[in-house]
Amino acid sequence: MATRTEGASDDLVTSGGGDQPAIRVDGLRRRFGELEAVRGISFEVARGETFGFLGPNGAGKSTTISMLCTLLRPSGGSAQVDGFDVVKQQTDVRRRIGLVFQDTTLDDYLTADENLRFHAELYGVPKPVVASRIEQVMQMVGLWERRTSLVRTFSGGMKRRLEIARGLLHSPRVLFLDEPTVGLDPQTRSHIWGYIDELRRREAITMFLTTHYMDEAEHCDRIAIIDNGEVVVIDTPEALKASVGRDRVQIQTDDDERAIRELRDRFGIEASISEGTITLHVSEGEKFVPRLFAELDVPIRSVSVARPTLDDVFMTYTGRTIRDAEASGGEMLRSSVFIRANRGR
Amino acid sequence: MTTAATTTTTRTEVAGVRVAGGTVRDDLRAVRMVWKRELIRFSRSRARIVTSLAQPVLYLFVLGSGIGSLAATGATRGFDFRTFMFPGVIALTVLFTSIFSAVSIVWDREFGFLREMLVAPVRRGALVTGKCIGGASVATVQGSLMLLLAPAVGVPWSPVLLVELLLIMALTAFTMTSLGIVIASRMQQVESFQFVMQLLVLPMFFLSGAVFPLSRLPRWLSIASKIDPLTYLVNPLRRVVFAHVHPSARVRAELLPPITWNGWPVPMWLELVAAGALALTLVGVAVRLFSHTD
Repeated sequence: MATRTEGASDDLVTSGGGDQPAIRVDGLRRRFGELEAVRGISFEVARGETFGFLGPNGAGKSTTISMLCTLLRPSGGSAQVDGFDVVKQQTDVRRRIGLVFQDTTLDDYLTADENLRFHAELYGVPKPVVASRIEQVMQMVGLWERRTSLVRTFSGGMKRRLEIARGLLHSPRVLFLDEPTVGLDPQTRSHIWGYIDELRRREAITMFLTTHYMDEAEHCDRIAIIDNGEVVVIDTPEALKASVGRDRVQIQTDDDERAIRELRDRFGIEASISEGTITLHVSEGEKFVPRLFAELDVPIRSVSVARPTLDDVFMTYTGRTIRDAEASGGEMLRSSVFIRANRGR
Repeated sequence: MTTAATTTTTRTEVAGVRVAGGTVRDDLRAVRMVWKRELIRFSRSRARIVTSLAQPVLYLFVLGSGIGSLAATGATRGFDFRTFMFPGVIALTVLFTSIFSAVSIVWDREFGFLREMLVAPVRRGALVTGKCIGGASVATVQGSLMLLLAPAVGVPWSPVLLVELLLIMALTAFTMTSLGIVIASRMQQVESFQFVMQLLVLPMFFLSGAVFPLSRLPRWLSIASKIDPLTYLVNPLRRVVFAHVHPSARVRAELLPPITWNGWPVPMWLELVAAGALALTLVGVAVRLFSHTD
């Protein structure tokens, strides 16, 4: 990431301020009647960073994205995107962001090409570069051959890819992806992440994404865990997992008893054995394994290292699994609707 | 369908795109885009074109012939009632197409494309204006297809008449599309469209004098028809038709009595100016409604 050259585009679309972070959020709040969906969150996203909002449905992720994209007015606090205020400088914010919404926002009755052309017109992409830019983004998501097809004929995965292409068409500074893979099958999900990872490597673009899939948050440079409208913790996925606990290392050896004895004597580690597999816990499993091979006199037949998952992280910081959180969140929403319905009488 | 991206993008290429920044030119481009989209969508929905022609044809040849047989015994004997119906049926076509185009905003909201437009760096007013012009264009095209039927109901294909009809149709289309957009801005569900049709569009259509003359209405109905903005668009359409078919004074008095305000006959230019003023007011209201951020 350090090799990316910043500033090449500054003369074309100027930033609000030179060294400003791509996104700065300070005490942001949003209330819907009785319900406080976002309760005073603060964070910063650096330029070029891929930043993930991880949390259950109803945690306030989409509300936050809507506010950052100028589609929803904050009830309190402030937010800047590329140095511009999302309330006072809406147009400046809008020209610098690309969006991939949770639900499709394509026009089904137009062709893929027409959808992109209209987007180019809306964003004022200069005429001479429109055609080449459209080809570029369509090639990137592998839809160039289907450009003249009606979007209606596309699968869910193809539509999402076209939306990513469209979100990039006007070369935004910040690309927002709201649940980019929700409702897609696992294979298509991994394809979409292939494109997103490719983007991270190739373009100096800041990405802000939300997800409630733990495994997807791994693709981010940093993650904010959000629950009940509040940011619980922000860090890199590795640091978050490291903060939770130690890795689980499992080995199979030719002489298990001797291996356990040596582990205790040389490494000071208490290991356990069950069904021919020795299990031990260390803080950094990947760094430990080479030492293990070098210093253990017993031949090792197999080794596996298991990291704590983000599920463990979520559990540690919120006291429940993301699945539980979604179940109870749903109940909360239902009961508030019920209250409103009663009051209406 | 490959995962690996095949482009040879370099950093500078990607960055070298200048984008819109809220100038008048950006807004005009947005107006044109929204307008073009309406036309493309319209041209692709042949089923919609055919079905929305079926209804006016039914009114003109079935209802028109039916009422005509009754009217043939009365004061308008010898005059083809369908000639009277023709401008009304043009208004019907334009009205329904306009409202339908405008209400498609609700579909756009439901299926997401509205969001794509609302988050673009252009003024909301440009989007609303584009939608008004787009809906009005579509409705005018649809209405002009009705002109093909003119000779069949005794209305001559005179170039002057066709141009006059087209201009009034365009004004009708613009006014009714703006009205539809104001309504659509407050509509959250596609289902509400039925209410709009039953409670607003059909009453407007019937009160406008499109299918029966306003000469012998009871007082309450006469007042209601004078409040109906469509009345002031159907009337000019019929005036220009009658100017080319030359009915007798008696037929004219029965079928095309002047619309009066407190006894004063409203001239055609005033009708058109009033409709135009209403249209612009409605566009203004629509722009305001859409410029609001939740």
